[in-house]
Amino acid sequence: MTRNVHAELEATINASPIVLFMKGDAEMPQCGFSAVVVQILKLLDKPFTAVNVLLDPEIRQGIKDYSNWPTIPQLYVTGEFVGGCDIVREMYQTGELRQIMESKGL
Amino acid sequence: MPMRQEDIHAMILAALPDAEIDIKDLAGDGDHYAATIKSAAFNGKSRVQQHQIVYTALGGRMGGELHALALTTLTKE
Repeated sequence: MTRNVHAELEATINASPIVLFMKGDAEMPQCGFSAVVVQILKLLDKPFTAVNVLLDPEIRQGIKDYSNWPTIPQLYVTGEFVGGCDIVREMYQTGELRQIMESKGL
Repeated sequence: MPMRQEDIHAMILAALPDAEIDIKDLAGDGDHYAATIKSAAFNGKSRVQQHQIVYTALGGRMGGELHALALTTLTKE
């Protein structure tokens, strides 16, 4: 039986309100871009689920296909793809990211 | 295999002929770039869609031979 990565990702994304696909874990990011997003989520004081894509090559490729987005990190809020490092940073700076999260009761 | 700045510029311009493109080689290593791109093709699109347009223009190189390209996309009236 082949693995259904798409279904696994869908379940992961819908299991928590904020999900970050990243390289490394929240305590020790393995990439500067992932570290930036972790830092922003901590500054916003929002709990999140971190998925370390380095532990699973199929998830690492799978999330890129799922989101149609070529890079890691990737942030999902209530099941919706918000963006990668550049977009998250821009939305944090404009206050939009906090606004989106708070409008969803997070 | 890093990508040359001229090639990045040319690929984006081929897909978005009206684009005003400013690319900086951040580390001088041909592997970490920042690009600001202004195009009417971004009008009415979400940020995610705007960046997806650029990634499509780069023909799958982003995340592969092009390791780091920090993107800022701007609409054009």
